Amino acid sequence: MSLWQKHAIFEKNSIILLIGVLIVISFGGLVEILPLFYLKSTIEKVDGVRPYTPLELAGRNIYVREGCYVCHSQMIRALRDEVERYGHYSLAAESMYDHPFQWGSKRNGPDLARVGNKYSDDWQRQHLNNPRSVVPASIMPGYPWLARTELDISHLAEDMRVLALEGVPYTPEMITNAEQDARAQASDADAGDLTKRYAKALARNYGGDPTRLTEADALIAYLQLLGTQVDFKIYDDKANLR
Amino acid sequence: MSIQDHDSHKVDSISGTTTTGHSWDGIEELNTPLPKWWLTILYASIIWAIGYVIVYPAIPLVSSFTQGAFGWSSRAAVEADLAELVQQRAPVVAALSKASITEIEKDPKLLAFARASGRVTFGDNCAPCHGAGGGGAKSYPNLNDDDWLWGGSAEQIYETIAYGIRSGHPKAHEGNMPAFGRDGLLKPAEISQVADYVRALSGLSTATGYDKAIGAKVFAENCAACHGDEGKGNQELGAPNLTDQIWLYGSDKATISESIINGRGNVMPAWVGRLDETTIKALTVYVHTLGGGR
Repeated sequence: MSLWQKHAIFEKNSIILLIGVLIVISFGGLVEILPLFYLKSTIEKVDGVRPYTPLELAGRNIYVREGCYVCHSQMIRALRDEVERYGHYSLAAESMYDHPFQWGSKRNGPDLARVGNKYSDDWQRQHLNNPRSVVPASIMPGYPWLARTELDISHLAEDMRVLALEGVPYTPEMITNAEQDARAQASDADAGDLTKRYAKALARNYGGDPTRLTEADALIAYLQLLGTQVDFKIYDDKANLR
Repeated sequence: MSIQDHDSHKVDSISGTTTTGHSWDGIEELNTPLPKWWLTILYASIIWAIGYVIVYPAIPLVSSFTQGAFGWSSRAAVEADLAELVQQRAPVVAALSKASITEIEKDPKLLAFARASGRVTFGDNCAPCHGAGGGGAKSYPNLNDDDWLWGGSAEQIYETIAYGIRSGHPKAHEGNMPAFGRDGLLKPAEISQVADYVRALSGLSTATGYDKAIGAKVFAENCAACHGDEGKGNQELGAPNLTDQIWLYGSDKATISESIINGRGNVMPAWVGRLDETTIKALTVYVHTLGGGR
């Protein structure tokens, strides 16, 4: 009996064929995915990266909702031209608390991985409201409703609970204080325990209207944080060559 | 349907090609070989893939991965690329960092390089607010004129670019216009009078009911500390000159009133850290030589 004849069992029985296909594909998965979880060189610990504050998380949710990732990437690749324009190439750890990550590969607009602190809150607000009011050649659509719409913070604690299940180190204390922290970070007044829970979180009136907590507050807080958490003056490139 | 023994290949009499030996209801399948060019590409890509696995990092192992024949890594590659760039620019960068801004502006060769480098940096970092040619926009100052909020000398421009304005950097320019209305420091009637007084300072018309004496008194008590007794401003505090025709936010009474009621405190980011020292220097030269530098 030749090998061809043995193969006939796969060709004649769809269930056996299906099991065979699954076994072959899972080998590919095991070889490509599994090592990422145990190989030391693929897991880089970096100082300074913390989970998003509730306000920043709400901003991230708006970023995803409005489909910003369709035109903006958040990954500076390790290529000379990108490093020259955008700054230090992105590290995996910088998006370790992103579920899902916003790396993207489509750049109708510039990369946003290090846009934090690059422009003022005022500029961000004007630009979101009508991009052409500040950048005449821009093709980005305006998002004027962000500054008008009250931010829905009622589901933030739920979001954080889900992210905690996915491995983001949100403590029960952070989750109970979600709404309070979101309000505190969007105001110029004393932010209370916010910075105790989230290191170096910056509280200010991002959205420009001190009387309301709007979606613009959240999105701008998120944008102003992007790429600012790792201090590259301290980060050692040489130690992490791979 | 039946699969016959593979050894009994017949030759099809019409096409002259052998059959696979599979026969469905008497219809037999021709065993047409794959085109040669296609097969060649297939085998070539298999050989390429083997070479690729040998040369580049590829296969995960128990505690590391195959490093590839030349130990290539994307991070080392970008390091090398950037080092090459530094090398290429080294002579000019060295000259720029040694020379003072005044010296750069006197040396035509250095000036040309600084301005070219500065223009590229300006386009990517500054133009979103100050406009492509530094022409400014509402609430973003025009950099072509000689009206400066925080000073227009080369050193002052350098400080402003490096540390920003209300940027959170410890060396940033500070100083806010207080919210006289919102915080209850002035009554609406006083705000209206002083807004007219400010308009009159630069020769603009005033509304009916304007009393210069009241306006001047409110101005002297509240505004003169920063803007000066004559309203000519103070660059130490970033307080604009109110007597000229240049308005950052607008000269109509409603806009001036809004400034008095809610205050102003525009932010310019600090660029130190994001841009290196020589780049900031080149940028300073670019802005200083746009037309209005002092």
